[in-house]
Amino acid sequence: MNPRLLAVRAGLSRGGIELRQTLTSPTDLITFVLMTGGFLAAMLSARHTLLPGTAVSLGTSRLVSVLALDVGMYAVLWMADRLVGDREDGTLLRAKAIPHGMLGYLVGKVVSISAQVLIAVAATLLAGAFLVAGLAIGSPGGWLTLAWVLVLGLLATLPLGAVLGSLFPNTRTTALIFLVLGGLAAISGIFYPITRLPVFLQWTGQVFPLYWLGLGMRSALLPHAMAVVEVGHSWRQPATVAVLLAWAIAGLVLAPVVLRRMARRESGSRVAARREKAMRG
Amino acid sequence: MSAIFRSMDCVLDVSGLRMRYGQTDVLAGVSFTAGRGEVLALLGPNGAGKTTTIEILEGFRMRSAGRVSVLGTDPAHGGEAWRARTGVVLQSWRDHSRWQVRELLAHLGRYYAPYSTPGLTRPWDVDDLLATVGLSEHARKRVRTLSGGQRRRLDVAIGIVGRPELLFLDEPTAGFDPQARREFHDVVHRLADREQATILLTTHDLDEAERLADRILILAGGAIIADGSADQLSRAMSTRCEVRWSRDGQRFVHAADDATAFVRDLFRQYGESIQDLEVRRTSLEETYMALVREAENSGPRRLTAVAA
Repeated sequence: MNPRLLAVRAGLSRGGIELRQTLTSPTDLITFVLMTGGFLAAMLSARHTLLPGTAVSLGTSRLVSVLALDVGMYAVLWMADRLVGDREDGTLLRAKAIPHGMLGYLVGKVVSISAQVLIAVAATLLAGAFLVAGLAIGSPGGWLTLAWVLVLGLLATLPLGAVLGSLFPNTRTTALIFLVLGGLAAISGIFYPITRLPVFLQWTGQVFPLYWLGLGMRSALLPHAMAVVEVGHSWRQPATVAVLLAWAIAGLVLAPVVLRRMARRESGSRVAARREKAMRG
Repeated sequence: MSAIFRSMDCVLDVSGLRMRYGQTDVLAGVSFTAGRGEVLALLGPNGAGKTTTIEILEGFRMRSAGRVSVLGTDPAHGGEAWRARTGVVLQSWRDHSRWQVRELLAHLGRYYAPYSTPGLTRPWDVDDLLATVGLSEHARKRVRTLSGGQRRRLDVAIGIVGRPELLFLDEPTAGFDPQARREFHDVVHRLADREQATILLTTHDLDEAERLADRILILAGGAIIADGSADQLSRAMSTRCEVRWSRDGQRFVHAADDATAFVRDLFRQYGESIQDLEVRRTSLEETYMALVREAENSGPRRLTAVAA
């Protein structure tokens, strides 16, 4: 069999094994429940406040935006964090030491993290269906929109996470990514409609994929009339596709270059040096 | 004809290898070769460039200058097919801690399957490999629950799962207790004898080098200052032997240049009153210390014991 194809298949099963390990790890599950629970709490606090000029509660609108956070935050953060961690502890070097091992490693990461993101999305949707009213779920068009937003969203964010993971030196610094993403969420229309922000912040927010992920999710799951609170009173789906696609292409072009550069510098002595540094504290 | 011979039997061929960091030459012209099935130990003081050398040969580090051929290929441009023929034993830390031992070996072995040749099936059968490194009873354990010695044997297993023609071991037994060390040595012997693998290892343990290696290379001052078996090195370094004996309950020690003549004289003089006679050639440790000291004082001079 073609070695590349075989490495991709090995990577798929690697992703499955990693997913199983995460789902059976108490620490991972607790972190996951706490994070998702935190998002849900933020949304429930406003479930009776109606968005001005609409019949939909702020909570419902936020729930849908939380789906965007599930994709945007988790995909970037987990990808970056796992990559930094795996570089630090030598997992990447092991992958590098076997033929097409890096390919298998990356396929495995994409599979396991995508699956975790989809589980988070499903859990949020499920909780939302019980806790808030006014979700437009059930229409085939809505599901279809949700599907392409998820696919494009993962394509736009996973490579970004890989690039960040290649650039950050160690796991202690990846907390910075979390802070930056949190700040980004604040200007991406996740918690309040972006139209309430000063214009320059609106423009800044609209540069990044997180805003468009949120917009896409809202277009899939909120009543059509809700578009009135958005920029231009429209869901702007063509623009959503264009921006997410642009990020995906940029990421998919950049990530292999940055990853290759990062992997090329890995060696036993670098891993040993990091181990000593980490053990000294 | 000779070119074909070289490409088939010369697994490592290094000449004039240089590595420069800033203004410092860590390696200033390292040259050596290794044939198929040979076990080489690379010795040298800390900072002599052992790890740098091995990482250049592994293809994990770029060299500044020199010619390097590993399995007939320049490791700086070794592709995945070349990679499949080499094995690197890495020191584990926390990596793959959640994986089960057998699961991890089976997974990492899969990548080697397309690189089987008619005479060599890759990867190594997992259960067979587990038995070889003595981990059969731990097959279903998670990696993080293994003891230090077991984990190191897993490192070796991962390094050889693709049945490498050439195996790199960088300080393989650092931190081992004597029993783990002995078990590890058995694995290396089996590998060299049964698999005909060429093995290059670095170590600080001179006993280990003497026990495992067919040939010892001493790296000091950025160059190979000695190349030969432990016995050859001590002969080439010094003909002086230590002679110990006792006579009338008293013990004597004498360093002799010609031990045979000295002992002959001794018996002629004292006959049967000589007891507990011992003649010892300089140990590898003494040879090593003398060579390294000399290299540090006067710059490298290559000592080659050619008999192999």
